[in-house]
Amino acid sequence: MPRVPVKRQKFVMPGRYILLIITLLCIALMLLSFFTDAVSAPLSYVAGYTIIPVEKGLNSIGIRFSGKVDELKALKTVLKDNEELKKQVQDLTLEKNQLIADRYELQELRDLYNLEDRFREYEKTGARVIGKDPGNWFSVFLIDKGKNDGIEKNMNVIAGDGLVGIVTEVGPDYSTVRSIIDDASNVSSMVLSTSDTVMVTGDLKLLSSGFIRFSQLSNPDSKAAIGDEIVTSNISNKYLPELTVGYISSIETDPNNLTRSGTLTPAVDFAHLNTVMVIKKLKVTDNAGEDDI
Amino acid sequence: MKRKAVTLVLVFICFILQGTLIKAISLGGVAPNLLLMLTSVSGFMCGKKDGMFTGFFAGLFTDILYGGGIIGFYILLYVWTGYVNGMFNRLFYPEDVKLPLILITVSNALNGFLTYVFLFLLRTRLDVSYYILRVILPETVYTLILTIILYRPLLFLEQSLQDNVTG
Repeated sequence: MPRVPVKRQKFVMPGRYILLIITLLCIALMLLSFFTDAVSAPLSYVAGYTIIPVEKGLNSIGIRFSGKVDELKALKTVLKDNEELKKQVQDLTLEKNQLIADRYELQELRDLYNLEDRFREYEKTGARVIGKDPGNWFSVFLIDKGKNDGIEKNMNVIAGDGLVGIVTEVGPDYSTVRSIIDDASNVSSMVLSTSDTVMVTGDLKLLSSGFIRFSQLSNPDSKAAIGDEIVTSNISNKYLPELTVGYISSIETDPNNLTRSGTLTPAVDFAHLNTVMVIKKLKVTDNAGEDDI
Repeated sequence: MKRKAVTLVLVFICFILQGTLIKAISLGGVAPNLLLMLTSVSGFMCGKKDGMFTGFFAGLFTDILYGGGIIGFYILLYVWTGYVNGMFNRLFYPEDVKLPLILITVSNALNGFLTYVFLFLLRTRLDVSYYILRVILPETVYTLILTIILYRPLLFLEQSLQDNVTG
C-alpha cells in the first residue's frame, strides 16, 4: 500500500492571535516604560538616527522659505525704522549713562545685602524647534539638541526671557520638550510682587485663546492684581527660580472663598516658536517630589 | 516583502509630515491625522495584517518621540485601528468610496474619543462635549477632506503593488 505523502502546510498565524500578542506586549511595555527607562532609551537612539535628521533637513528648508518672505517684508519697514531709531539712540544714550550710575549703586547695595543676582547668568544653549506633537491633544515639541550637546531631562527651556517648558525626554541628538501651555503641565510659581505661590496649569480649552490657567492663590491676604508678573517659585522641584511665566490677565474667587484662580498671558509667543534656549542647569532638590510635571 | 517596505516608507514620510508640514496647515490649532488615515487605509485595502503592520510602526514612532516616556499606548491604539479596519477588507471595492470614507470617519472619531478617555478624562478633564466639539470633530472632518484628496493616489499605489506581486 503506497503511502500518501503528507503535505506540510506552511503555518500561518491568524491575525487575531497577532493582535492578541501585540496587545499583551504593549501593555507590558507600557508598565515597563512607566517604571524604568529600559525600553525608551534604546528606542530613542533608533529614532535619533532615522527620524531626526530628516526632520532637521525639512525644517531648515522651511526656515529658508519663511526667511525670504520675511526679508522682503522687512525691507519696506527698515528705512522708516532707521530714522526713528536714530532719534531713539540719542535718547537712550543719555538714559544709559544714568542707568550705569544706578547699576553701580545697586551692585554695591546687593553686595552689602549679600543677595544673589535675580537674573543670574545660567549657562544656556540655543536650539531649533524641529517638530511638533502629531496629535491635537498636547503641546509637546522636539528640539535639535540632545545628550551629545549636554542636555539632560528636566532642564528648563526659555525663549526671550519667558519660560517655555521643560525637557521630558532626551535622545542622542534631539530632546522632547513639554511646553507650559500643555494640558498636562503644572508649574509651581509665585506672583513676583507679593510672593504668593500659585500653580500654573496648561489647559487645552484655553489654548486657542492664548491664555493659561493659574489656581491656588490664597484669597484673603493676596494683593495680586491684573497685570502682575508671575514667575517660577523658589519652592519648585524642577523649575529654576524666578523665570518669567507670564502676566495675570484675569482673577476670580473660587467657589470655596478660600482661594482665587484665573488666567495669565504667557510671556512667550507659543504660536511662532522657532528657536528656544535650554538652561544647562538642573534645579537640585533633596526630595524630588511629584509636584511639578 | 516589497509592499511591507513601501508601507514602512509611507509611514515614515507621513510621520515626518505630521510633525512638520501638517502642523503648518492646521486650522484653529487642529490638524488632520495623516498617520491614522494611512493605518485605516492599509487596513481595509490590504487586510488585517497589513493594517496592524502599518499601525504598529505609526504608533511606535509616535510613542518614541512624543509618548512622554511611555511606550505602547499609541501602538495599541493604531494596531487596533488597523485590525478593525482590516475586518472590512472583504467588503471593500475600489470603486466604492463610501466605505473608506465611513471607516476613516469612524476610526478617527473613536481614536479621538479613546485618547480623550485615557489621557484626559483620567486626569479629571470632565467636559466631554467641549473636547468632542472642539478637537475630535474638527480633526475628523479635516482628515476626511484630506482622505478625499489622497484616496486615489493611495489606491493607485496599492494596485500597482498588487500587480507586481501576482505578475
